[in-house]
Amino acid sequence: MRINCPYCGPRPNEEFNVLGDATKTRPDADKATAQDWLDYVYERDNPKGRLEEYWHHASGCRNWLVVKRNTVTHEVYSVVAARDYKKTHPEGVKK
Amino acid sequence: MTGYRLASGGLINREKSVSFSFDNKIYSGFEGDTLASALLANGVSLMGRGFKYHRPRGPLTAGSAEPNALVGVGHGARREPNVRATTLEISTGLVTTSQNCWPSLRFDIGAMNQTVSPFLVAGFYYKTFMWPKSFWEKVYEPIIRAAAGLGTASHEADPDRYEKAYAHCEVLVIGAGPSGLMAALTAARAGARVIIVDEGARPGGSLLFEDDDINGVSAHDWTDGIIAELDKNDNVRIFTRTTVFGRFDGNMFGALERVQKHLTEPDQDRPVERTWRIFTKKAVLASGAEERPLVFGDNDRPGIMQASAVRHYVKRYGVSPGKCCVVFTNNSSGYRTAKCLVDYGVKVAAVIDSRSNPPEEDAGGVKVITGAVISKVKGSKTVSGILVTREGDLENIDCDFIAMSGGWNPNVHLACQLGTKPVWDETIAAFVAPETGSDFLSVGAVAGRFSLTECLKDGAEAGAKASKACGHKPKPIEHFETSSDNLFSIEPLWNIEQSTGKAFIDFQNDVTSKDVPLAAREGYRDVELTKRYTTLGMATDQGKLSNINGLAILAGATGRSIAQVGTTTFRPFYTPVSFGALAGANRGQHFRPVRKTPVHNWAQEQGAVFVENGLWLRAQWFPQQGDESWFTAMKREVKNTRENVGVCDVSTLGKIDLQGPDAAEFMNRLYCNGFKLLQVGKARYGLMLREDGIVFDDGTASRLAEDHYFITTTTANAGPVMTHMEFCHQALWPEFDVQFSSVSDQWAQLAVAGPNARKTLQKLIAEDLSNEAFPFMGAQTVTVAGSIKGRLFRISFSGELAYELAVPADYGDSVVRAIMAAGKEFGILPYGLEALSTMRIEKGHVAGGELNGTTTAYDLGLGKMMSTKKDYIGRALAAREAFHRDGRWNVVGLLPVDKTQKIHSGAHILNIETKPSMKNDQGYVTAVAFSPMVGQWIGLALINDGTNRRGDEVEVWDALRDSYVRAKICDPVFYDKEHVKLHA
Ligand SMILES: [Zn+2]
Repeated sequence: MRINCPYCGPRPNEEFNVLGDATKTRPDADKATAQDWLDYVYERDNPKGRLEEYWHHASGCRNWLVVKRNTVTHEVYSVVAARDYKKTHPEGVKK
Repeated sequence: MTGYRLASGGLINREKSVSFSFDNKIYSGFEGDTLASALLANGVSLMGRGFKYHRPRGPLTAGSAEPNALVGVGHGARREPNVRATTLEISTGLVTTSQNCWPSLRFDIGAMNQTVSPFLVAGFYYKTFMWPKSFWEKVYEPIIRAAAGLGTASHEADPDRYEKAYAHCEVLVIGAGPSGLMAALTAARAGARVIIVDEGARPGGSLLFEDDDINGVSAHDWTDGIIAELDKNDNVRIFTRTTVFGRFDGNMFGALERVQKHLTEPDQDRPVERTWRIFTKKAVLASGAEERPLVFGDNDRPGIMQASAVRHYVKRYGVSPGKCCVVFTNNSSGYRTAKCLVDYGVKVAAVIDSRSNPPEEDAGGVKVITGAVISKVKGSKTVSGILVTREGDLENIDCDFIAMSGGWNPNVHLACQLGTKPVWDETIAAFVAPETGSDFLSVGAVAGRFSLTECLKDGAEAGAKASKACGHKPKPIEHFETSSDNLFSIEPLWNIEQSTGKAFIDFQNDVTSKDVPLAAREGYRDVELTKRYTTLGMATDQGKLSNINGLAILAGATGRSIAQVGTTTFRPFYTPVSFGALAGANRGQHFRPVRKTPVHNWAQEQGAVFVENGLWLRAQWFPQQGDESWFTAMKREVKNTRENVGVCDVSTLGKIDLQGPDAAEFMNRLYCNGFKLLQVGKARYGLMLREDGIVFDDGTASRLAEDHYFITTTTANAGPVMTHMEFCHQALWPEFDVQFSSVSDQWAQLAVAGPNARKTLQKLIAEDLSNEAFPFMGAQTVTVAGSIKGRLFRISFSGELAYELAVPADYGDSVVRAIMAAGKEFGILPYGLEALSTMRIEKGHVAGGELNGTTTAYDLGLGKMMSTKKDYIGRALAAREAFHRDGRWNVVGLLPVDKTQKIHSGAHILNIETKPSMKNDQGYVTAVAFSPMVGQWIGLALINDGTNRRGDEVEVWDALRDSYVRAKICDPVFYDKEHVKLHA
């Protein structure tokens, strides 16, 4: 699998570390309930098919990326910098 | 012993003879021979013994699927087992030996297994050796392993080099037979960047042993012309002796190049093998097909081989496997072999065709017996004749070798490795490569198209399609005319019940036609279960020859069609790959890098004993008399530091420089304690939590300016903390205007500790270091030795009056020497990791053993650090009720009641007079040290409700040493409880 880092171009996956679901947004400390935190920290789907994940270009530019990919075929649909993803998904992704 | 070299022909260099040895006997062959062809030319057909029954075996193939002729190659450290004689190129001095036989290849005691063979049927191991369990390890397995098993590896270190490499192209062509060559040529002519890979020493594939004409030119000349053109094209790379072993995501392919594997004395400056990762836009699979054997009694005798292998030996190597052949076939391939042998002057007694009404084919004038099968093979180490059965009539025919063909199995592996199943094609009675999208095209025989004209056209079309998809303009495809274009016809023949003797399906694992129905009868009807129960297809050839015959027999036994039975899963590797090639250069010291601190050389000069700490080498202790033990040295170093002054290299700490207008707010979010109000010029101990409320890391951070912090982390977490900060900044709070960078390697950091620390450093540092000017937890930029800009922190891990001095890494060596010189009059000594650890335990400071991923700030006695006034990582979940309940394991000190007794890390805590059990477990020891100051062994432990149980006595149970030590729970601070020395 290769990931097309927006900063470095296509690079082999061993340069990256994966963290997991990128669709969760850290709850607002003032308003969040215990359930919100539980959901944010522990609840993860394990879908067959499309998934948005955080990947870290650890052995490259050290940018955190959001990689949209297929967990079955490993096809990568899109890669954006996490900081840009945050701007377009301020509330995360509702499912 | 009947094979011989033909008077002429073959792609061998008859001018150049090569001598080699097999089982200590010297033979000679020609340049261009394989071990198998050279041995056959010398009349040797017995090359190995079977795995289970130790039956005599000769080569079945002339290629990489060979299951029988596996030999040991080389001697000493270079000895390699299970090398296929059929692909091993001979070179002068080559030493080879047979395997699976004792005491010798011709007389093998293990062959007695044949007489006890009823016991060695499928599932035998499972059934017989199930009980009693202890017998398996101690009795059965060693006996079975000694008697069976493939060759033995060298037990010496591999003296050769291996490497890994990457390649990129637009069109990757796998296989350089007719289809592959046309694909590569068409794509290359269109201007595409092409890589063409072939496992053979010489490209050409089937063209190397079929001598049809192509467009009026002989196949050999045609092939040479194309290779020459490809060779000249700068956009083309030709890899020979290279096997594509796996297909991975994103059109990435793994390939093994045998750079010098064929040489007895490889050039030491080059690798013997190279593992490639090839990234391509489009791939063309032209891997051809493997001829499958027929399943009849004693079909494993030396001298019985694939019909195509016979052509291979005759045309490519100029060797006839024998003097008189019988061809046994159910398809067109057998006729080609008969004609080929006749053309080369080798006698063919008969073609036996199992089909009653085969289409007319050119057998070169040989007698054809239709509707017949071989029912018996005569001879044991060689073939002396056969018995043919035709409609109940028997006929004896004399012969000394048999060419057999049961049809062709396309080499679909790479097309199926990503999970797509192959497709059953009834007309050719075989599984063919499935369609797997436009990035991967299967052409020629692997796609089930067997005629030469089809293969050439197919390849050219794929080359055009692939290059066009990469933006090139391929030329129109030329028309091909070939001299032989018989249509391929076949009538399946899976099992020959009229024949007697063991009929092998899987030659390498000795699976017979009886084993598969037996597995089915015992309930192992699923193809994956049958495989594992019988070991069918599990040998190094991965079922290339055997699988389809096995599936067909399983289908017959279970009343299903072959398509319904389906195939087992295709996985890498296509052919075996050595561990050396996979490891590449990453072996020994090169397995991972070694990190040395900027003061490493100095420590080495002092005679330091080093210890691995992650990738780091750290000074563990400094022996004064040569072989002094760590224990004596540690005690001296601790005492000297506590009484005089010591210096310790702490450069391995993670260091992160953080700057920007939002630096203070960012710090506040990272740490559970406040950093916003920290004064410029001050350091503070900080604790980072994980978002789930568990402690992540600790260390001091200093504020060097309003918008500038210098963070230190533990050695182990230098990388993870950096990654975490990057995540927090980029994924959580990109709005923060901060920049940070790891500067771990940029600074050498030295701890100077002890009552004389100030006096020592003041000699080197221009700024006033008095307690008033630079109190505990001060942090400031200083000038060292007149000109070096350093940073000084008044922080202490030892509990002494202490400083940590950071200087640019390149000055580390000279600064540590300057410190030693300055401290000489005050009794300075270096101290290592042992003394450092002892002093931290004496002071009850937590470290790796306590920050172990299960403990909260409360558990560590640091609950008060957690701010209630701000948001930070881990705040919400650290507040969980369960984290505050009594009954959690928290950090306490532990002191053996008997001062002479020792406790060990990892020992468990039990209440007195309770037995060890999960239920009675009260915690465990996280760190121990012999304290020179207390005068006995002391420890830190995580104990159930420990903080509330100070003064209680417990039992410290060490399961490894089976010992019990009575100890008292105490305050974790053992020395200078009021921390007076710190503030001196
Ligand atoms: Zn990058």
